[in-house]
Amino acid sequence: MALFELCGIHSRSNFKTTEDDHFNGEMDSLNIIGNPTQLALPPLGCPNNKNLVDEHGREMKINYDHGTTTLGFKYQGGIVLAVDSRATGGQYIGSGSVKKIIEINDFLLGTMAGGAADCTYWERVLSKQCRLYELRNKERISVAAASKLLVNMVYNYKGMGLSMGVMIAGWDKKGPGLYYVDNDGTRTPGQVFSVGSGSLYAYGVLDSGYRHDLEDEEAYELGRRAIYHATYRDASSGGIIRVYHIKSTGWVKISEQDCTELHYQYEEAERGSK
Amino acid sequence: MSILSYNGGCVLAMKGKGCVAIASDRRFGVQTSTLAMDFQRIFEMGPHLYVGLPGLATDTLTVHERLRFRLNLYELRESRKIKPQTFSAMVSNLLYERRFGPYFVEPVIAGLDPVTWEPFISAMDLIGCPNVPEDFVVAGTCAEQLFGMCEALWEPNLEPDSLFETISQALMNAFDRDAISGWGGIVHVIEKDKVTTRLLKTRMD
Repeated sequence: MALFELCGIHSRSNFKTTEDDHFNGEMDSLNIIGNPTQLALPPLGCPNNKNLVDEHGREMKINYDHGTTTLGFKYQGGIVLAVDSRATGGQYIGSGSVKKIIEINDFLLGTMAGGAADCTYWERVLSKQCRLYELRNKERISVAAASKLLVNMVYNYKGMGLSMGVMIAGWDKKGPGLYYVDNDGTRTPGQVFSVGSGSLYAYGVLDSGYRHDLEDEEAYELGRRAIYHATYRDASSGGIIRVYHIKSTGWVKISEQDCTELHYQYEEAERGSK
Repeated sequence: MSILSYNGGCVLAMKGKGCVAIASDRRFGVQTSTLAMDFQRIFEMGPHLYVGLPGLATDTLTVHERLRFRLNLYELRESRKIKPQTFSAMVSNLLYERRFGPYFVEPVIAGLDPVTWEPFISAMDLIGCPNVPEDFVVAGTCAEQLFGMCEALWEPNLEPDSLFETISQALMNAFDRDAISGWGGIVHVIEKDKVTTRLLKTRMD
């Protein structure tokens, strides 16, 4: 052991012995209860590797849930968030009814795009942090602070393969707030965002119909339509289209509709107008 | 992603009582982006003979044209309609000629014998290994899902109407679990004295 220390090798790194390391491993996994932002690192090698490698040195491909369309925009009446509900692993549709808007508290919402597990986990940690802030300071956390908490947590794991592109939206003292946060450590406020594989299709519709002075109903319909068009063209978006509205009194769920229902509704309307 | 699933799409065929059915989706896309919803991958090769060519779209078109050419020569030379078995061998032969640089299609053949009206279905891999079963064949990007649906729904001696219902349900429920198939469906039910072609109203996501 003395030689180990002389060489600068820590006994807990790779040179694991039998029993007492089993115990240490157990302790490591218990850590997560005390501190949910401390995750177990891979047992071998540099965690900065983009891909994990199996015992033959071949790259292991993990099909995470990917592919999504989400959007959010600020307007005169607050913020509208709209999302699809499809989860795909490769080309296989794992679910058509995922909830991609996470309710952090009564005044804060988060959207999910990228790895489903990453988004659900970190946004749940975020909701715990926000609640603690509220208890300590006797006032609600601002959207800016909440989004910064999240970005600081994911920044600690930069380059280690987290995959998330989220919007944090809410209403605080300064009024409506909308931030984009991703796994690179980007955090930026803005008026109009769309995130996910179908975001380009959604932007097309969104940008052509967006005005700051939209009425509530117009804003809901714009968000809904943008997501619908994305589900139509993008193979990895689809299912149920959910629309939420954030106002000074907190968020409200506006609608949850199957995009097939919308498709035939829009088709009927198109035919009627001709 | 494999080159066979670059454009997406699927085909299946089923035997019934004195009839056969062949069905496919109508999507043409490039990976996850959907470009057309009226793509044809099932072709009429005779009054009672259809071939479906799921796979790489460029090869769907090429293989169809080459098959049409060989079939025309055959029927000119023989002065009679081709039997589905013979046509299946012809497809297999065409694919094996490209053993070391294959066409990326997995053909499905469905037809009635022009003399005995015996139902026939077959399917092949991309280098022409034939598979001639008694019940159903599937091919394309959601083959696993199609197998599951067919095993559950198919039964022997289906009448044309029930066969249509069975094949449509199998097709739609299979491709609804596949991101790169769907966007409409087409079903041909082939009987001795008529062929019924129907378009399916499906999910468009």
